[in-house]
Amino acid sequence: MNGQDYRLDAPEGLLIDRDRPVSFRFEGQYYHGYAGDTLASALAANGQLMLSRSFKYHRPRGPLTMAGLDCNSYVQVGDAPNVQADRLPITEGLTAAALNVKGSLRNDRDRWVEWIADFLPVGFYYKAFFRPRGIWNYWEGFIRRRAGLGTVDRTTPHDDYDKAYMFADVAVVGGGPAGLSAALQAAQAGGEVILIDENVLLGGSLTYARFGTDAAQGRKLAEDLAAQVAAQANITVLDRATCTGWFPDNWLAVIRGNRLIKLRAKQAVLASGSVEQPIVFRHNDLPGVMPGSAVQRLIRHYGVKPGTRAVVATGNDHGYGVALDLADAGIQVAGLVDLRTQPDATPLSEAVGAAGIAVRTGHTVWEAVPGPGKRCITGAVIDAIAGDGKVAGRGERIDCDLIITSVGYSPLGQLLCHCGGRLVYDEALASFVVTDPPAGTYVAGSANAVFDLDAVQADGRRAGWAAAMAAGLNAGAEPAAPGATGAEGINFPWPIFPHPQGKDFVDFDEDQTVRDVENAVADGFENIELVKRYTTVGMGPSQGRHSALNAVRLTARANGRGLPGAVVTTQRPPFKPESFGHLAGRGFEPVRHTAMHWRHLERGAEMMPAGLWLRPACYPGGLTREAAIAEESLAVRRGVGLIDVSTLGGLEVRGPDAAEFMNRMYTFAYVKQPEGRSRYVLMTDPTGAVVDDGVACRFNAQHFYVTATTGGVDAVYRTMLRWNAEWRLDVDVTNVTASYAGVNIAGPRSRQVLETLDCDVDLSAAAFPYMGVREGVLAGIPVRLLRVGFVGELGFELHCPAAYGEALWDLLMEAGAPFGIRPFGVEAQRMLRLEKGHIIIGQDTDGLTTPHEADMVWAIAKKKPFFVGKRSIEIQAQDRPLSRKLVGFTLPDGAPVPPECTLVIRGTEIVGRVTSAVRSPSLGRIVGLAYVHPDDAEPGKTFHIKLEDGKFIAATVAPLPFYDPDNKRQEM
Amino acid sequence: MKILDCPLNGPRNIQEFVYGGEVAEMPDPATCSTAEWADHVFLEDNVKGVIREWWCHAPTSYWFIAERDTAKDEIVRTYPASEIYATRRDFTVPEGESPGGQGSKDGGA
Repeated sequence: MNGQDYRLDAPEGLLIDRDRPVSFRFEGQYYHGYAGDTLASALAANGQLMLSRSFKYHRPRGPLTMAGLDCNSYVQVGDAPNVQADRLPITEGLTAAALNVKGSLRNDRDRWVEWIADFLPVGFYYKAFFRPRGIWNYWEGFIRRRAGLGTVDRTTPHDDYDKAYMFADVAVVGGGPAGLSAALQAAQAGGEVILIDENVLLGGSLTYARFGTDAAQGRKLAEDLAAQVAAQANITVLDRATCTGWFPDNWLAVIRGNRLIKLRAKQAVLASGSVEQPIVFRHNDLPGVMPGSAVQRLIRHYGVKPGTRAVVATGNDHGYGVALDLADAGIQVAGLVDLRTQPDATPLSEAVGAAGIAVRTGHTVWEAVPGPGKRCITGAVIDAIAGDGKVAGRGERIDCDLIITSVGYSPLGQLLCHCGGRLVYDEALASFVVTDPPAGTYVAGSANAVFDLDAVQADGRRAGWAAAMAAGLNAGAEPAAPGATGAEGINFPWPIFPHPQGKDFVDFDEDQTVRDVENAVADGFENIELVKRYTTVGMGPSQGRHSALNAVRLTARANGRGLPGAVVTTQRPPFKPESFGHLAGRGFEPVRHTAMHWRHLERGAEMMPAGLWLRPACYPGGLTREAAIAEESLAVRRGVGLIDVSTLGGLEVRGPDAAEFMNRMYTFAYVKQPEGRSRYVLMTDPTGAVVDDGVACRFNAQHFYVTATTGGVDAVYRTMLRWNAEWRLDVDVTNVTASYAGVNIAGPRSRQVLETLDCDVDLSAAAFPYMGVREGVLAGIPVRLLRVGFVGELGFELHCPAAYGEALWDLLMEAGAPFGIRPFGVEAQRMLRLEKGHIIIGQDTDGLTTPHEADMVWAIAKKKPFFVGKRSIEIQAQDRPLSRKLVGFTLPDGAPVPPECTLVIRGTEIVGRVTSAVRSPSLGRIVGLAYVHPDDAEPGKTFHIKLEDGKFIAATVAPLPFYDPDNKRQEM
Repeated sequence: MKILDCPLNGPRNIQEFVYGGEVAEMPDPATCSTAEWADHVFLEDNVKGVIREWWCHAPTSYWFIAERDTAKDEIVRTYPASEIYATRRDFTVPEGESPGGQGSKDGGA
């Protein structure tokens, strides 16, 4: 059995292919539809209007816009929550389920919530759960389980998403008559035009609405305009694509399938149309109550009639066209009620009369009569209007299963509000209008309050021409200005009929009724922004598209401020829900590898991130991590070790003012630094805080090679250039970090290893002393040699062009083999330097650490006229007592190693923290660095560390360095 | 996303740039008062209207000046820093001290 009893014959059903049946499952039941159907249209073809239950009261809900603009249509499809049933194409085997139900959509066990609705006033949570203290904690779990839409599957893998970049002279959002006209006009100027439209078919309202007595008028025009667009080679059409955000300077976020397109347009036209607004009456939310544009989409796009007998309630001429469409589709129109008292006769109204449809003017639908379980409606109660929002009280019931409304539109101007435009209430039109479009943007069509079909096209041409001209194209003569807009009388000014028994919904997403909005104002939340937050009107996924107009009207009436100048609440991106997958894209995380990266992996190194780089943490080689680190550090202390230091920052500072520049950037003095020598560098920022360190190697009077920390070098380089843009010194600074690879060969036998190799530099202690620097060639590899002592042993840093890095590593590992050379990682290096009391910037310092606190006053040259931070350091030294000091400490035998950031407590005060601590195999005890109170900073003093388990442990301040206090070993 | 017109690289997404603070004349660190220095280091004027700011095009490390209207969120003009900083700046030596003094100790590292 086919079961599609509500399917109409061709030509209705523009989007479906009747030759390709598709079967799918919804709520466990099998249905049939056709290729081209959406889930919502295929269900409607089967007589199933109910799609979901509402968020708060679990009321049955059905199609509202059929345009993906509401959340009545949200369903769960597999692991994807909140899929729009009126946008989701059906595919063979598709399985979908309803949201917000416990049990099944039909028999939802949470229906009871509606029965207590009278006890859930607006602001219920605020009012109910703040007293007595702690009551929220009791209820929170229960409420949270009931909140949210859909089910998130945390095991869902990251799907294939990507991002693309596009550029246009003119972008047009919306492919209706205004957007097509705008694109065509702009394209005639010869620029690149990109047209973005959500739908399968171009044409917008032309593809479903009725523009006169000739029902086919719109469709013919749509085909004509679409053909012209297709013939224009410089128009790129992005169909089935949604613009979700409009950012400054026309940077548009466009989602198409699994792709996020970042589109930059010189000029952009918004022709997004408008969304039809509901009438507020009792039970106006149930399946079977929908606006005319939704039923027209069902008929024309999908060949579906959603019912058999309809009441049409209208406040404008469009409703008459809808009534004719319903009659043409074989739906009996049981009555047309016109909210207007004395509507003018038009060709459409005459056609309605000729079709024998009974028209009642000055009437409204007062309530819908719910069917069993409120899953459908069985009638409409109509009544004469007796003033704004009031009825005469002579209700008359008409049997029907559809109530179709047409009382006006709200422009879809939200996108322009993202970048500075505003939606302001215009009393003459009883509508919001888009105002203050930012520079480079244009609005056209019904988004611009133009409704007459000829005027809409002329408005589009005007916008397209202006955009092309502003984009610097020759767009020729200005097209004729649009004629009468036809906007007057489209919006019925007060389509709100509060019912004494309620259930007169203003916001379907959040189940907010007239009384909720009025009570919010009565509770003192008079501004629409406050009403929104208090009631949640407009906070749901449809962001007020169908609720803002009536909410603002009700608020303005309740607070007595009136409607002129009223605005919608702040609109923020995204216009429609975006998935995290779109934002994440391909998950591109750049990683930098050193020249020796693969050698580390071959040796089984455990790699760790260092900035964007990967560095070996240690080389376990079958040992535990701790044992490997201990073994590596002992190899350096007793024999020889090799570490990859390529990630260390490298800066070339060259020019006549090189020394003067160094003097200003760093705290030490560099003018008289001898050539062939290195000197420690310490950088402070203007507040006097320590920000980086390294060494400066002077190769000649005008050339320093300066190292910086791995994570800090980019900022150091940028800071140097920033200062010299102001100082104008004759100096050139280059960041050569990635150009050089480097190793540190360290340990008492390191010189012996190097001396087995052919080298043009005399490596003897007399010829090449500690802190010396040389340039030379080692076994054919050009190298810079630095005698430094970070790990506190005899050692040589060798820097070579990165292309030689792997060869240098192999050379030294081979030459060192007879000496038992051992590669060591970052963890061992950290242990070794801590034994020497050397600090690591960023680990042992923070954003406020001063040289005085870090005990680095020795690195400050006091006689220089200037360096960055000098004045601040002087002020600190003179005027302010230290609040903390960085000291070395030891712990008694048997104590645990305190983790970094363990607190130092003095009395009841937090005075500092542990910054580094290790169990040193060389020293046989735990050593570390910590910030302590200045009064506790003398060696031999005791301070207290609070461990994670709450216990205190006494630490003893020790002089630095812990290892080799006379620094003899590094100077061998 | 806004576009910033780099004097060296032309119009680029503002994502490519790093903000460097307001352009402010540094008082003479040798002679200014503590209060003046603290004001310079810690406080920005943050006025409503057109202000001058340092911006850096990160991929090319090029610093320049942008004039921005904070009330309208508009970038008014961009130009090379040399337009403001046209000549070399030197610092005077505090009295009684000699220039180019040397530190007392060669550090480790």
